[in-house]
Amino acid sequence: MSKDLGWKVGGAQGEGIESTGDIFALSLFRLGYYVSTYRHFMSLIKGGHTNGKVRVTTENKGHHGDDLHILLAFDQETINFNFHELVDGGFLIYDTAIKNVEVPENDKVNIVPVPLTDIAKEAGSTIMKNMVSIGATAAIIGLTPDDFRSVLTDRFGSKGGDVVESNIAAMQKGYDFYKNNFTNTIELPARPVLKPERLFISGNEATSIGAIAGGARFLSQYPITPATEVMYQMVKQFPKLGGAVVQAEDEIAAVMMSIGANYTGARSLTATSGPGFSLMMEALGLAGISETPLVIVDVMRAGPSTGLPTKTEQSDVFTMMYGSHGEIPRIVLTPRNVEEVFYFTKEAFNLAEKYQCPVIVATDLFMGMNKWTVESIDFDKLHNERQNFATQEYLDSLEKGEFKRFDVTAENGISLRTIPGMKNGRFVAMGNEHDEVGVEMEETELRVKQMDKRAKKLVGFDDIVGATYEGAENAELLLVDFGSTSGIQREVYEELVAEGVSVGHLSIARLLPFPTADVAPYINAAKKVLVTELNSTGQLAQQLKQFVGGHDKYESFLKYSGDPLLVREVLAKAKDVAASLKKEVTL
Amino acid sequence: MATLADFRAEKPNWCPGCGDFTVLAALQKAAANMGLEPEDMVTVSGIGCSGKISQYMGSYGFHSLHGRSLPVATAVKLSNTDLTVVAAGGDGDGYGIGMGHFVHAMRRNIDITYIVMDNHIYGLTTGQTSPTSDKGTKTKTAPDGSTDEPVHPLQMAIMAGCGYVAQGYSGNLKQLTELIEGGMKHKGFSLINIYSPCVTFNKVNTYDFYKQHLINVDEDASYDKTDRFAAIKKIEETEELLTGLLYHNTEKLPYHEANTAFPTTPIVKADINLNQENWGKLIAQFK
Repeated sequence: MSKDLGWKVGGAQGEGIESTGDIFALSLFRLGYYVSTYRHFMSLIKGGHTNGKVRVTTENKGHHGDDLHILLAFDQETINFNFHELVDGGFLIYDTAIKNVEVPENDKVNIVPVPLTDIAKEAGSTIMKNMVSIGATAAIIGLTPDDFRSVLTDRFGSKGGDVVESNIAAMQKGYDFYKNNFTNTIELPARPVLKPERLFISGNEATSIGAIAGGARFLSQYPITPATEVMYQMVKQFPKLGGAVVQAEDEIAAVMMSIGANYTGARSLTATSGPGFSLMMEALGLAGISETPLVIVDVMRAGPSTGLPTKTEQSDVFTMMYGSHGEIPRIVLTPRNVEEVFYFTKEAFNLAEKYQCPVIVATDLFMGMNKWTVESIDFDKLHNERQNFATQEYLDSLEKGEFKRFDVTAENGISLRTIPGMKNGRFVAMGNEHDEVGVEMEETELRVKQMDKRAKKLVGFDDIVGATYEGAENAELLLVDFGSTSGIQREVYEELVAEGVSVGHLSIARLLPFPTADVAPYINAAKKVLVTELNSTGQLAQQLKQFVGGHDKYESFLKYSGDPLLVREVLAKAKDVAASLKKEVTL
Repeated sequence: MATLADFRAEKPNWCPGCGDFTVLAALQKAAANMGLEPEDMVTVSGIGCSGKISQYMGSYGFHSLHGRSLPVATAVKLSNTDLTVVAAGGDGDGYGIGMGHFVHAMRRNIDITYIVMDNHIYGLTTGQTSPTSDKGTKTKTAPDGSTDEPVHPLQMAIMAGCGYVAQGYSGNLKQLTELIEGGMKHKGFSLINIYSPCVTFNKVNTYDFYKQHLINVDEDASYDKTDRFAAIKKIEETEELLTGLLYHNTEKLPYHEANTAFPTTPIVKADINLNQENWGKLIAQFK
């Protein structure tokens, strides 16, 4: 019995690879398993290699797994790209329609040629070769075509019952072909009980419903991989909730619209990725100085410039923390799993309103475009309150023009806000430095007061967790990460614990305000700090050095190929660092 | 009811004689004439001398970024359709750095009024070539005279689907007030391009120059302002030296009415909390 199952389908883009993966993944989820996915794709519509990996586990994981047990290949390229990932005892199922097929010599892998295209043709249409392949998979892992029926009914039910049945029939043919010609199987681990509150959801979908739960009712966005899906969900949901989506002409317009909507009193967001985020830099400063709430979701991808639009990276740390000229208060959140993507995005709207400043929520392609399991979301925790608005009663008590939108005496620097429509609450939001009422000025003393007022707002901020730690007290080796790599790191950590290494795992959830107090004790206690991140310059490690110190302790594991991390590559580095610690002791 | 005084705010610090004084006065008069309350109006401006108008207007204001008044104004209107929204700026702001937004806001037909104080020069940065500078204009950045074709905002607006295209002149407060008022009443995007002389840095496009050359189509009973092609022809024939309501199309629906999915209640009034039923439906798609 295998601990978990790694399954992958590959072929040319536009061949239905994505939907094959979706059907397999959702079906396994509905059987009670925890499912994590990873889509490999390219920035083109037809042709080019694409594959979808599905990992089936009995516990919730934040990684699609190193190991591959079953590979479904619709073309030669899939074999060439992925065969090496198969474990001993794994299965390659390939379509005999592939011309002059070449399969690497490996007697430890089960080679399963199946006439996928021919069987599908026989069943009614070559389109259904995907179903035939799922049928063959089902035979290997001890499932039946009926286990996929509910997903097929949801997908094709609206096209008529016979569409569902013909797909099931094609699946059955694939199943029968395997049973009639082959015998080897993989036993799936025992099924966990499916809890009805569990969700199978991508990071981008979690961003969308998090924003909706946080009260966002206006989205202005320009399409960009890998953030576009955020729009789709809003286009579907906002009309039912009294909100609207505007497809902007570019990311500058998108962010300026979002600022305009927030100024008017509608909770609003924009979502983007690197190139769009770069275009938003000037506006970020405007939101900061005008004290207008703003939520930007940055679904990071590999840069610089256009970079690798379909590949993942965590290289926007500097831009998120320091981008835009001048100095503004800002909050930068780095959710570490899809559940946190939901909660952090939701909370971003309350924080932006409370502190009247920009909030950046950083996800990435790896988390955003892939689907993960969420255990549950508690509806009772979702209530939002409007914050820091002046009441009409208060405004009525003032003389005309007396309202101080940017009152420097306000507690914690957070002054009351008004929105258009409120009598006697008039002010002008602006990117120019201004006085307390909101009049442009260049008077030095007032300038300093306004700068200090804004900076004060986030002093002592602890509304969102800064970092979490697991491990022994005073662990010698400290693994550090932020954002989506946390899930992989947890597996690395568990392996090291199993091997008896004195190790701790510190995972950062917030880059600004930087959680110095949350991380410093662990860094100070550790002998070596291994920072793992998906960029080439160690952007997080540089922050740790700046905010915490301990420069001689740091080691980095950096990956910037565009591919997500593998457990084994981080583990190898961690073991090296652990071994160097031992050596130091014996010396 | 609000009076003209309610639409006054900070005292303007434009150069004495600047055309923008008249534009501000016309905007204030138009708002008062329409019976607006200052809190129900928002003036969004860009950067430049003209961008300061949001601070001088007694409505709510947003003095935004250079070239970006239109996306802000778009969202203000869409977030609260009960508001009257005016965007304002200069020729550099709107037709240079902000040109992209200009075309797209008109295509979308957002129900806002866009006032452009066109002085054919960059004033606040002390006299560089602007997108509307005539060919041959000598400036600090084009000492031998500009060779760039000037943009033609009126024709562009008509081609981009703007349903209210007007041109005013700072020497005629009465007509300008009427044009702005008409623009604010128009349901959809309205453009009022205004020849607003820069008395400090533009010695060509002066009050005298306009007084000599401008013709007023509002005084021409035979002019058909509903005819797109006639409007473009007239604009071309006069080399853009004309004032009045040049093109008017009352048939197009503004964005928030044309989009059937757009909420009928202002978005700012939407509940920021979900009820259990909505929540249940929202997450059902992920099971």
